[in-house]
Amino acid sequence: MTDEAIPSSDSTDYLHWYLKGVRGAFSVPALILASAFIGFAGLAKEAGLTLVQTVFMTAVIWALPAKVVLVGAIIAGNSLPAAAFAVALSSVRLAPMVVALVPELRAEKTRSWVLYFLSHFVAVTSWVLAMDRLRHVPRQARTAYYGGLGGTLVLINMIVVAVVFLLAETLPPTASAALFLLTPMYFLTSLWGSARERAGHVAMVFGLVLGPVFHVYLPGFDLLAAGLIGGGGAYLIHRFRRKGASA
Amino acid sequence: MTFWSIDAWWWPFLFILIGGWLATDAWRFLGVYLGGRISEDSDLMVFVRALATALVAAVIANLIVFPNGALADVPLALRVGAAAAGFAAYLFGGKYILAGIGVAEAVLLCGIWMLG
Repeated sequence: MTDEAIPSSDSTDYLHWYLKGVRGAFSVPALILASAFIGFAGLAKEAGLTLVQTVFMTAVIWALPAKVVLVGAIIAGNSLPAAAFAVALSSVRLAPMVVALVPELRAEKTRSWVLYFLSHFVAVTSWVLAMDRLRHVPRQARTAYYGGLGGTLVLINMIVVAVVFLLAETLPPTASAALFLLTPMYFLTSLWGSARERAGHVAMVFGLVLGPVFHVYLPGFDLLAAGLIGGGGAYLIHRFRRKGASA
Repeated sequence: MTFWSIDAWWWPFLFILIGGWLATDAWRFLGVYLGGRISEDSDLMVFVRALATALVAAVIANLIVFPNGALADVPLALRVGAAAAGFAAYLFGGKYILAGIGVAEAVLLCGIWMLG
């Protein structure tokens, strides 16, 4: 924050909007996200990861689906290239999300390194919050606001993960089972809500069915196969319907 | 070259960096680079989003059908039933994520309690 010679009136303004972003991280969507991170921490602990590894993972990956896929690959004993490929495939969605966010975020004089840095904070929750609220932030202050919002969300959930690791041992099995249901339920509902077009909903239904099927019949390639066949099928239906509609 | 195959303190972190950080931030950086150059509505984007959505959905279903930890001790029918009830509450109850999670958890806990 102190790396540039900004006139003092401006710098107080940036700080003001940064702090507003920080405050924006304490909201209902953020609470749901934190509850999903409780579930994730339980999953990682169950898989045999350490506290430091899981907190590190939270900081450097951040997007929850990618982390769940990586932990899934670790549990399955996948090799590094296979794990990286599955994670990359599960994270393709980040690119279009960032593409949509950048025009909202950028002011005339915004340096590109600032955008590359801030893009790390993009994941479903912070993206939804940002797309909703950036409109009400002065353009010059938007990067500061998103830095506060995204950075605080990451920090809160790094703390959540660490706390769960320290406490989870003492949880009764019923509470632990309830915890493990949080992550899939959060994704199930938020994924449905974030789908842009009907193809997204079709793809989701295909994926839900094909995931367990391929888990049994194509172990090791279940996610990949479900993604390619489920997503490809949904896309073809999308194409077919549109052709039908325009003919 | 699995997570457990090299017995050194730095290996899990390198595994997470390459398998996790590189595999996610590469897409974010690509998004910044492309920023506005691809149309959100182009056909390629529809396919990319559908693929990504199906993959994440497969992850979700596997977490419910083949869970780890304490959830694995709960019968499959109860797990799927709780998730389905929660999702139905979300769909038909005004698309509130909290409602979906709350109903799913309530059904799961009632079921566990009834099975004693």
